[in-house]
Amino acid sequence: MAMSNVGRPTQPNAAASEGHTSLSGGRGLLQDEPLIFELGGWDKTGVDLDPADHDASDLGDLVRTAPIGLPGLSEPETMRHYVRLSQKNHAIDLAIYPLGSCTMKHNPRLNEKMARLPGFADLHPLQPVSTTQGALDMIDRLAHWLKTLTAMPAVAMTPKAGANGELCGLLCIRAAHEAAGQGHRRTVLVPTSAHGTNPATAAFVGYSVTEIAQTPDGRVDLADLEAKLGPDVAAIMVTNPNTCGLFERDVIEIARISHAHGAYFYCDGANFNAIVGRVAPGDLGVDAMHINLHKTFSTPHGGGGPGAGPVVLSKALAPFAPAPWIVHGSDGFDLIEEATGDAAQAFGRMCAFHGQMGMYVRAYAYMRSHGADGLRQVAEDAVLNANYIKARLSAEMTPAFPEGPCMHEALFDDAWLEGTGVTTLDFAKAMIDEGFHPMTMYFPLVVHGAMLIEPTETESKRELDRFCDTLLALARAAKTGNDIDRFAGAPYLAPLRRLDETQAARKPKLAWRPEADAPLAAE
Amino acid sequence: MRYLPLTPDDRAQMLGVIGAPDIDALFKDVPAAARRKELFDLPKRAGELEVERELSGLAARNRPAGAGPFFCGAGAYRHHVPASVDHIIQRSEFLTSYTPYQPEIAQGTLQVLFEFQTQVAALTGLDVANASMYDGSTACAEAVMMAQRVTRREKAVLSGGVHPHYAAVTQTIAHAEGMHIHRLPAAIDAEAAVIDAIDADTACVVVQTPNVFGVVTDVSRIAEAAHAAGALLIVVTTEAVSYGLLKSPGEMGADVAVAEGQSIGNALNFGGPYVGLFAAREKLVRQMPGRLCGETLDADGRRGYVLTLSTREQHIRREKATSNICTNSGLCALAFTIHLSLLGEAGLRQLAALNHSRARELAGALKGTVEVLTPRFFNEIAVRVPNAAKVVEDLLADGIVAGVPYSRLDPHAGLDDVLLLAATETTTSEDIAALSAALKRRLA
Repeated sequence: MAMSNVGRPTQPNAAASEGHTSLSGGRGLLQDEPLIFELGGWDKTGVDLDPADHDASDLGDLVRTAPIGLPGLSEPETMRHYVRLSQKNHAIDLAIYPLGSCTMKHNPRLNEKMARLPGFADLHPLQPVSTTQGALDMIDRLAHWLKTLTAMPAVAMTPKAGANGELCGLLCIRAAHEAAGQGHRRTVLVPTSAHGTNPATAAFVGYSVTEIAQTPDGRVDLADLEAKLGPDVAAIMVTNPNTCGLFERDVIEIARISHAHGAYFYCDGANFNAIVGRVAPGDLGVDAMHINLHKTFSTPHGGGGPGAGPVVLSKALAPFAPAPWIVHGSDGFDLIEEATGDAAQAFGRMCAFHGQMGMYVRAYAYMRSHGADGLRQVAEDAVLNANYIKARLSAEMTPAFPEGPCMHEALFDDAWLEGTGVTTLDFAKAMIDEGFHPMTMYFPLVVHGAMLIEPTETESKRELDRFCDTLLALARAAKTGNDIDRFAGAPYLAPLRRLDETQAARKPKLAWRPEADAPLAAE
Repeated sequence: MRYLPLTPDDRAQMLGVIGAPDIDALFKDVPAAARRKELFDLPKRAGELEVERELSGLAARNRPAGAGPFFCGAGAYRHHVPASVDHIIQRSEFLTSYTPYQPEIAQGTLQVLFEFQTQVAALTGLDVANASMYDGSTACAEAVMMAQRVTRREKAVLSGGVHPHYAAVTQTIAHAEGMHIHRLPAAIDAEAAVIDAIDADTACVVVQTPNVFGVVTDVSRIAEAAHAAGALLIVVTTEAVSYGLLKSPGEMGADVAVAEGQSIGNALNFGGPYVGLFAAREKLVRQMPGRLCGETLDADGRRGYVLTLSTREQHIRREKATSNICTNSGLCALAFTIHLSLLGEAGLRQLAALNHSRARELAGALKGTVEVLTPRFFNEIAVRVPNAAKVVEDLLADGIVAGVPYSRLDPHAGLDDVLLLAATETTTSEDIAALSAALKRRLA
């Protein structure tokens, strides 16, 4: 339909926008969206199903009589509800997502397409192995790439995420010690800068945790490590590159003295993106390392998973890997699903089936696309981008470790904010108003008011400059001391203002509850 | 390389700003002995077309469940997922976002998690649910460890009807934390033996319904016995659609319900990624593993959602955390929630009734040919056939995937003659007729 311009103003009037609020509670295209429980109907549904030919009379009183409490919506209403919600999220497809230690890189859509091929997606984990040869071959190829890139002889594929991989690695180590009559080794050494999952995982397998000190230049203190190694130490867990974004220069020595004291070297591979294609953990003396496929190999984070955390293993640990695994049989691939016979040393099982097939396909498509040459470029560009950010932001902010290059992430402390009245948290929230997701904050714990920025290799120079220009402008605004509200009250322009986390924890409300007079009470 | 935006010019300029002569200078902290000069021995970069060719070739060497009559269940179920579910989960804002640590710009994910938790609590008949676990089996192991924290006892009684993989995962993980796992022998009606195994040292009793043989059980009496001994009752469910027809775990006295949520919203995916459901009574909330999303207000008094009670979690509590879980199954939980919003109360009940109806049709069709062992079932039955594994292999020649031989899950139980078969809304009368005829022929 054509629109007449007669009488229609074609220039905006000049009313000020400040303080303007809508009558609906929404903000332009950003709708105020209720919960599904406040929208849906108890008898409404967005699916059309065949009627059932048989009733459930055979089940007698096993049948549910009470209402469940699930509202339904038609398909158009469902689309609107979730699309409206989606618009309240930041995403890597919108802008740089500089969360240090999280490796938020571009997620190629080819990988999504491949994972949805019916030959992978519509495959049951327990159908006969003769009908899944292509799937086993795919997993085997991925395993080959992982082993080659890490120079490690074996890989346990099934762990479901990084922390699950850590658990797998430590269970291998525990089994190896027990097999060698070293079951009394029950201490794990962890640097103070470690991810929280490291000590949590160690405790999970019944180990106690002892912290290793850090040198002033952000590395493992070798003297302290050596002092704490002893006949009770089962393993050390070191992230490399570490959580300060630095390569552990003495890593080969760390491995050597740990081995000399009978301990295994577990490497947290969360930061493998910095070195993929350039450095192989197997060359460093590592015994076990998980690889977050959802970081280095770009499977989408999906708002908190799913991930995948295969663990590469040294020759000493390989016999203890959990079931199932793939073997090359006489007529094709076979699956060993139980820890018996030749596989009797396997420590058990990490999950119900064969791990994260959907993630394997995506990761493999990503690796094949890059190839050996592209992956090396990944590490180089990731490190280049981080150092570029470090160099540019150092004009106003204080790097935690100014000497020497960083790896894939740049770490700043809050010394430059001293006396401004602005905290790291305030600064991060002000970034939101500028359209940027904050960096990782207050981690690692060893740096005061830490700001850990990881750009990844998939950011263009233009986006890095836009990011740096904005952060430098914000930093200057913070330092003037007379623009404090910009920070203390931030964010102003996000879908919501700062949320009251204390209240949320004090009186937890973890599920919607119907009003007392609602027609269908769930309780 | 199509995913790498930097040009050679960009790189040169950036090195200039950094003040580094070349890229190698940025890797100078790597010990010389570990600097790989050559490329790794792997193929070089490939275009979309080439990658697509290779992966399509691999996919074509598998027999998708939808290619013909298909009766596998045993912890993973083929259901129809509406097209809109997959469309929504591929929206950039959901697919390419991180764990919602910055709630002001993650309300989309957080509100979905709040809806997910409410839906899971409603389905299981319990008060609170977390924001998902990796899968049903790891949720089961986490529940057993939670029972240890709550009761300070170290024995877990596992019914012989619990999925053998779930038992193995629980044995592996919970045993590592010092739990003693007392697994009862596998048997069709294994739940009968559970009560006798409960004693004063028992932290928890783990019962599955429908169990791995498809048997539906009223666990109320087991709940009473567990509670009388001061133990928790953990109810496992591998087929989440069954919640639409059967009494909920909470209604029957469960303290914790764990489940595999794959059936709702998620494809088979050869076993993963899936989505573990974890729900419990309110008094247990501070001992629960995993992320929890809670309601609160923003600075302007508007309702919003945040991750909460994080003092239970690894990034705050480190070695004192209730679990080491970090990344979980966010996107699979989203798919679950969208599918369940489409279904609603009415749709889920109808879907569950339809599943049960198809299984009754299946059981009826097989009855004359084989012995149906499962007395009360939802959508899955166990039947007795000599050498079930061989029967499954033989029926492949007829284009039929006839189910899962129990021996595949548990080779040492002496149940080589038990075959597990599931029917869902995707199973047609023609599929059932084809299976029935082929079985008759093979067993004749």
